Amino acid sequence: MKVLITGISGALGRLVAARLAEKGHEVLGIDVRPWYHPPDGVRVFQGDIRKRPAEDLFRTQRPEALVHMATVTHLTHRSSDRFRINLGGTQAVFEHCHAYGVKQAIFVGRHTYYGAGPDTPLYHGESEPPMAVHTFPELSDLVAADLYAGSALWRYPELDTAVLRLCYTLGPLRQGTLAAFLRGPRVPTVLGFDPLFQFMHDYDAARAIVLALEPARTTDKPLRGVFNVCGPPPVPLTVLIRETGRRTLPLPEPLLRPMLGRLGLPQLPKGALEHVKYPIVIDGGAFRRITGFEYEFDEDATMHAFRDA
Amino acid sequence: MHPVRAATAANDLGTMIPASLIPLPTDPEVAARVDRIELPWNRHGSDPYGIDKRELAKLYTLLGFFYRRYFDIHVYGTENIPPRGRAMLVGNHSGGWALDGIMVIASMFFELEPPRLAQGMVEKFLQKLPFAAWFSSRIGQFTGLPEHAVRLLEDDRLLMVFPEGARGTAKLFRDRHSLVGFGTGFVRLALQTNTPIVPLAFVGGGEAIPTIANLYRVGRLFGLPYLPVTPYGLAIPLPVSLHILYGAPILLEGSAHDTDDVIAKHVERIKGKIADLMRQGRELRERRRKPEELELG
Repeated sequence: MKVLITGISGALGRLVAARLAEKGHEVLGIDVRPWYHPPDGVRVFQGDIRKRPAEDLFRTQRPEALVHMATVTHLTHRSSDRFRINLGGTQAVFEHCHAYGVKQAIFVGRHTYYGAGPDTPLYHGESEPPMAVHTFPELSDLVAADLYAGSALWRYPELDTAVLRLCYTLGPLRQGTLAAFLRGPRVPTVLGFDPLFQFMHDYDAARAIVLALEPARTTDKPLRGVFNVCGPPPVPLTVLIRETGRRTLPLPEPLLRPMLGRLGLPQLPKGALEHVKYPIVIDGGAFRRITGFEYEFDEDATMHAFRDA
Repeated sequence: MHPVRAATAANDLGTMIPASLIPLPTDPEVAARVDRIELPWNRHGSDPYGIDKRELAKLYTLLGFFYRRYFDIHVYGTENIPPRGRAMLVGNHSGGWALDGIMVIASMFFELEPPRLAQGMVEKFLQKLPFAAWFSSRIGQFTGLPEHAVRLLEDDRLLMVFPEGARGTAKLFRDRHSLVGFGTGFVRLALQTNTPIVPLAFVGGGEAIPTIANLYRVGRLFGLPYLPVTPYGLAIPLPVSLHILYGAPILLEGSAHDTDDVIAKHVERIKGKIADLMRQGRELRERRRKPEELELG
């Protein structure tokens, strides 16, 4: 199968590309960032998914499947740019899929969609609304991108679309939201709170994305719908910090807020503190049942892989 | 404490749980009993909801003192609690705060073989309070959300519900033997998940915490729904005798989608049963009835 990956030069994108190439797929990728030495079977085009050359890629190369990973978070991009990439970019690639006969699309989203708060339940199901819009405004464009991608299910019924909401990824790549939060030797926590954190190994995340391109085990048809994707059971933040070789720095909330981004502490938007106080835990049962996905790395192996990388 | 854990804890403030600043003792006998709670523990000693064995051991060690020594507790009808599988304990609120729930949790641990963890449906404000949010999450006392209730019952847990809600704990001393309006959610929940309801009566909480007034505005300053006040000031419970009566399980028949009037009949039936158990408990407490004359069925 000919697969196009947007955002291929990201750490997870490279991993997915390599896995697909190993399985004998023809892999194309587009990214504004370069990837100088991709493995055999992977071709990378440098460019912006919202620009003309991206459409040309769809027209001339005629990929059969799309893996859309070109979304960005508040960690790397500030507001207006981020909105354009996440919303404009997602709209563009889905329109190209429709226009140029792509058969299958995978949107790689995030479990932070559900948001965190004192009254949110453990183990979110896919049908729950995105509370993140309320608790964490910086995530609203990602939430909108997720919902927009899901709307392709009725907008372009001929395109088999799967929206994956992945929990945090962690491991040897040391990339991503959680890795950024755990970067320093001291990790700030809100005094008196110790939420569960759910994460999966980088390799398991890549394997899940690759698996999502294969026919569903239950129907033998391409995957359609919205799916939570997770690995081992969640662990408390204090355990996560300890097992990744960091130290907790518990600070009272009124003190922590003004200190973020200073004194070597990670810079977090205001809403992110809710994610350090309250858990976001998803139920990945449907994805496991339909695709047969099972995680290979348990919580200890994942935390230690990050620590030892 | 395990030597490796102790070494880590020494240089890591955050691992000295619960509440990190209040190092509670653990009774080894209680810890051994916690090991026998039949939950899917992983090798860190926690379950998929983040319930932690070590925290439970600290909790029950603390509760053990109140349960066995401080109060004079009498428990009847524990044979009515299913030893395994889903069940819903439904009872009256008695006392200015959730002393009743806490003692029911203790009785499920100290009286049953094997011990069971009763999981309450906690008021939302608790999750906003530092330390309280932390500790309650580790001991399986989650926010009272329908999603939590359904999931826990489908996982064959023992759920504890007080359908009077916060209005129940706000009862004043003079109203201590009354029941305020019941919510109906618990009946739909029981029908939806095919869960037997074990009615329970808690008698004496009103005497333990004789509330004469509830200060709503002051409470809000501390993030509480209200602050109960007793004749001696703070709502510290008195060492009185408490009676807990568990009735025979009731498996309701019908659908979770029945109309409100059908559901209301089920609610009235359960409420009537609880009122009957409360009456018997009060007679016991006032020595007008002997334990062998109880009718729990």
